[in-house]
Amino acid sequence: CTQKTSYRSFYFFAKDIVQLKSLWSLQFGNYLQSFKSNSFQILSHFTMQTVTLIPGDGIGPEISTAVMKIFEAAKAPIQWEERNVTAIQGPGGKWMIPPDAKESMDKNKMGLKGPLKTPIAAGHPSMNLLLRKTFDLYANVRPCMSIEGYKTPYTDVDLVTIRENTEGEYSGIEHIIVDGVVQSIKLITETASKRIAEYAFEYARNNQRTSVTAVHKANIMRMSDGLFLRKCREVAENYKDVKFREMYLDTVCLNMVQDPTQFDVLVMPNLYGDILSDLCAGLIGGLGVTPSGNIGANGVAIFESVHGTAPDIAGLDMANPTALLLSAVMMLRHMGLHAYADKIQIACFDTIKDKKVLTGDLGGKSKCSEFTGEICRRVQDME
Amino acid sequence: MIKSRHTVTLIPGDGIGPELLSHVREVFRYSCVPVDFEVVHVNSALASQDDMDNAITAIRRNGVALKGNIETKHTLPPSVKSRNNILRTSLDLYANVMHCQSLSGVQTRHKNIDIMIIRENTEGEYSNLEHESVSGVVESLKIITRNNSLRIAEYAFKLAREKGRRRVTAVHKANIMKLGDGLFLQCCKEVASGYPDITFDSMIVDNTTMQLVSKPQQFDVMVMPNLYGNVVSNVCAGLVGGPGLVPGANYGRDYAVFETATRNTGKSIAGRNIANPTAMLLASCMMLDHLKLNDYASLIRNGVLTTMNETRVVAHSRYWGLGTTSDVVQSVMKNIQSKGQLTAEL
Repeated sequence: CTQKTSYRSFYFFAKDIVQLKSLWSLQFGNYLQSFKSNSFQILSHFTMQTVTLIPGDGIGPEISTAVMKIFEAAKAPIQWEERNVTAIQGPGGKWMIPPDAKESMDKNKMGLKGPLKTPIAAGHPSMNLLLRKTFDLYANVRPCMSIEGYKTPYTDVDLVTIRENTEGEYSGIEHIIVDGVVQSIKLITETASKRIAEYAFEYARNNQRTSVTAVHKANIMRMSDGLFLRKCREVAENYKDVKFREMYLDTVCLNMVQDPTQFDVLVMPNLYGDILSDLCAGLIGGLGVTPSGNIGANGVAIFESVHGTAPDIAGLDMANPTALLLSAVMMLRHMGLHAYADKIQIACFDTIKDKKVLTGDLGGKSKCSEFTGEICRRVQDME
Repeated sequence: MIKSRHTVTLIPGDGIGPELLSHVREVFRYSCVPVDFEVVHVNSALASQDDMDNAITAIRRNGVALKGNIETKHTLPPSVKSRNNILRTSLDLYANVMHCQSLSGVQTRHKNIDIMIIRENTEGEYSNLEHESVSGVVESLKIITRNNSLRIAEYAFKLAREKGRRRVTAVHKANIMKLGDGLFLQCCKEVASGYPDITFDSMIVDNTTMQLVSKPQQFDVMVMPNLYGNVVSNVCAGLVGGPGLVPGANYGRDYAVFETATRNTGKSIAGRNIANPTAMLLASCMMLDHLKLNDYASLIRNGVLTTMNETRVVAHSRYWGLGTTSDVVQSVMKNIQSKGQLTAEL
């Protein structure tokens, strides 16, 4: 049990241990305790840490407010620096994020982001893509674990998708060759493939995961996915303690919907990662309850909710803040603030398990503010 | 002239292909189906394309083929393309059609699924155009053309109308691939305007997979480019019970090739008498329908479905069932015999 006690803060333990309800939640916390960034120090619980907060569009502002309220109730040592990210055209016509947002992220290193809207065929690149390019957010990590109390046809899901986030099919390079013929370029590079593979194996090792599966379609895309696969194989040689498998994308899909328990850590290029991570989110209950983290170079990490902006319910106090909250919890663990992370997570899961105060998407009739209030209440009761 | 007997090209392929196809021949022989098979072997270990050329010529001659999956060996250089892919593109089999239906005899998490998937089969990400522009940087081209997008959309709507389906959903990622998938989507919309009796909508591929695992009953007919078709068809096959159950068909203007929907080689289960013959048998029924031998198609299909749903002889599956391939085939033939038709000696 020493591993669990090591990340509990002293004064949290000083209170009633019985309050720590399910052992399962601790294990969730244990494995969600994430990516050790080399440049990041484990902070004292008494120093305020500034985090860049990007509320986003649609329901973004209201769920960000919910998260801030809950963090306040938990007395987490986080202060928020709100920034907006709307695409602006810099000198030379190049699209970029506002300089004050970039400055804030570079200074704080940690970010929490709500949903941003991505219009189809609008002329400027997707905002999410722009953020990724700006901070070189090369790894998108999504732990998918079944939530007790939120029933789906799939139980015992416990896997992590690690998706290469900078290249692949999302290079954004497209051309009209002749009228009626479009070419989209998928880019796979040695450096990016090696980097994501290394991250995946490091993650597996640091989080006591047993296997890493590379997902590819190298039978069809012989050179590009072939290169990705080769790099994964090479990196696997240095991590003999972690089992390495390779599987075709279609086989993974086929088996995932029949028996997701056979998968552990999955690493893959951009598009497959996009599809698979959403598929896995669907297994545990949807994007409304799935956390996500983006790891960048230079110690930057942005945690985000991955659902849409839900414009139809924006401003109506109907949104579910769980996804953003769990992503914020992922951030706390990344910062070493495990005690606060556990507290908030347990409060959230217990609220869902209890089924009394649930937002519409979780099957209840409560408002976002009521759901938030209930979690705050539980957090405060844990004091 | 009414044909008395048909000749069909048979490509055994690798893995479980040969054994499944020999069972198909067994059932055909037993049911006195007037089809002769011209067997063409393809050796996936060879780099040369001669045997593929032979196979393609044979299919051109006969017009119809039944095949197992041909393995793509990674040890061969990248210039050696997937043979299954070569077959599809050479014969311009532009539409891959898969019908996923929940079977009452199969235990699955989701019930009442009835989805037709129409997948563009020749271009998109499977264009086989790759090059290493600089050392360590590989570019792979995804091609979307107006002609092929219109063609597949037209096929989807026509099929939907034929089968009395109410809704066609286009699956895409046009928010990211604005030009490529944007073109595909636009073509679908154009074709849709010519079919006012059918509802048309679209869905982004990642949301589609999420919807499929939570509420698959909402989908009717789906049309999509090549790669998304690969993902969606495998998800759907998994939802209705696995790769051993669903047949697939590849249609072109002049040729048709039938196989299992998820195109698995099944190397790990080959030769052990545990592969599920259902998918290949149902694929052969689709072939018989295509040859207008509908009575034989219904006969064998009913035999297979009765085995699945009533006599409940289930083949081996990682997730359920412990029967053997032969058990299932025997049961199918018994069900065929019980219909009272003239059959050969068992």
